[in-house]
Amino acid sequence: MIKTDTKRDTAFVVCCYIFVALLMVVTFYPFWDLFILSISPRSEALKPGLRLFTSAPTLEAYRSVFESNEIIRSFWNSLVRVVLGTALSLGLTALTAYPLSKRDMPFNKGVTFIILFTMIFSGGMIPGYLLIKDLHIMNTIWALILPSAVTAYNLIIMRNFIEGLPPSLEESARIDGASYFTIWYKIVLPLSKPVLATVMLWIAVAHWNNYFDAMIYMHDRSKFTLPVVLRRILLENELDKYLPAGVVDTGTAPQTPETTKGAIVMVSTIPIICVYPFIQKYFTKGVMLGAVKG
Amino acid sequence: MSAATTKRGMKTAQKPRKKTLAQRMKPYAALYLMLLPGLALILIFCYGPMYGLQIAFKDYNIGMGIWNSPWVGMEHFQKFLTTDAATRALTNTIIISALKLVFSFPMPILLALVLNEIGNQAFKRVAQTISYLPHFISWIIVASLLNNLLSPSTGAVNAIIQQFGGSPIYFLADKSWFRPILVISNIWKEIGWSSVVYLAALSGIDPSLYEAAIVDGATRVQRIVRITLPSIMPIAVIMLILSMGNIMSAGFDQVFNLYSPQVYDVGDILDTYVYRRGLVDMSYSFSTAVGLFKSVVGLILVVTVNVIAKRLSPDHDAGLW
Repeated sequence: MIKTDTKRDTAFVVCCYIFVALLMVVTFYPFWDLFILSISPRSEALKPGLRLFTSAPTLEAYRSVFESNEIIRSFWNSLVRVVLGTALSLGLTALTAYPLSKRDMPFNKGVTFIILFTMIFSGGMIPGYLLIKDLHIMNTIWALILPSAVTAYNLIIMRNFIEGLPPSLEESARIDGASYFTIWYKIVLPLSKPVLATVMLWIAVAHWNNYFDAMIYMHDRSKFTLPVVLRRILLENELDKYLPAGVVDTGTAPQTPETTKGAIVMVSTIPIICVYPFIQKYFTKGVMLGAVKG
Repeated sequence: MSAATTKRGMKTAQKPRKKTLAQRMKPYAALYLMLLPGLALILIFCYGPMYGLQIAFKDYNIGMGIWNSPWVGMEHFQKFLTTDAATRALTNTIIISALKLVFSFPMPILLALVLNEIGNQAFKRVAQTISYLPHFISWIIVASLLNNLLSPSTGAVNAIIQQFGGSPIYFLADKSWFRPILVISNIWKEIGWSSVVYLAALSGIDPSLYEAAIVDGATRVQRIVRITLPSIMPIAVIMLILSMGNIMSAGFDQVFNLYSPQVYDVGDILDTYVYRRGLVDMSYSFSTAVGLFKSVVGLILVVTVNVIAKRLSPDHDAGLW
């Protein structure tokens, strides 16, 4: 490239770098602040101000989090939800998307419309709740994984991808007498790996983060998922109910309720922060796929 | 399904030479079977609640069920329009959505333009990775990050304010601060991720345009104003129009995890109101009516906005369908 920057251009580029650097700091600092709080000793946790580092890091708060059976159990419940929900949802989405890609199939248009309509109109919160109640799946994991198992958006993304696959492979398999199911399983699925990865990650993150359905459908404390427990501890101040006897704040313990809360947030966020940079490219790829409209 | 199929099949059968519907469907039998489970789930869990919407016009009674509860006509809708808390939720929804549209919407475009000027690819990649991160964090976590930063006693923001001689502000319980907090935290969470679509549009710009501009002695700012901005304008217009279709949803998860009774006046939106009236107070019929009102207005907005998007785009190809 030709070097053409004038002095004003250079100043402008420097401003751009500063802007982006500031954004990075502003984005990352809240996590860092809470992380430092979570490893701070009591004396520093109570001090106001920016938390850039701590002089005497302690893992006391994390110990009390890992000693709480309820928090560990909710972590496990969330894991079960993510694994079961993602497997069911991904499998059904891939299975349904394939017939939708056959445009000359009778009723294809009608079925596609039925699916697309759910994107722009829904029964809403209360009728959805009453439905779960009437189906008698309240307080079971089905209430968390069935309603969102097949969504219009994921279906359309996957259908568009399958439509873009080269038709020649499928045609030769048809000539060899392969059934549609065999073609789907042996040809379409292996070729769809990129879109499957993207949609799988979307579904998994949604299951990991979704709290509202678990909050309104699950009544037994033993069935709470991590976000529900997080909400109760962080936003409804129920910390004491979730810590084992003995680590409840007495005013002299090494950790304060705030450091414990910070530790809980870190425990639930660090998995995402650690895995995320490596899978980020799949997410962005998915956005490009989404740009191809139905 | 099968009854309708044979009926239509007979109709077409009267025309000679053309295959009957049944005949045309037969080769796809396996595909229909594959379609069945997914379609069944959509019918049950998306259309089932739509069947339940009738309780908006009924006096729902748990013992009698959805079908047998007595009709009351538009009573709940009249109550909606005469209840202060409900109309307050409606205005709050529109105001908060409008604020987000005005202030949050341009931010990802700005970020995409700035990132485009960054020559150092490693720096750019790290910046993008960090800026996308908050999108994948739930609002519960973001709310607790905000609680920590904005805490009047130990929060970093108030510590800085005090350093400069100000007095601490309880941001999340302050009526004049709650909406700005919603807008700012929304920008913080989504600026990076929303910029992805604009960055994609930027990468599609023909580099020869820039080369010609450089030869003509255009500065970087001139190149942005004359080449980059016009190139991403079409996608920006479409994004703007589409987000206008979402005005009735001001962000349930965000508000629900940040608000408190002190700020209901400025922060309670339709969805949070429906939640409290429906699932906390158990006024199922009334809250369903409020929800139905929201969904219908939302539907009208989305459809209208799509028509406009189609008219505006050069190849009449924009929009959802």
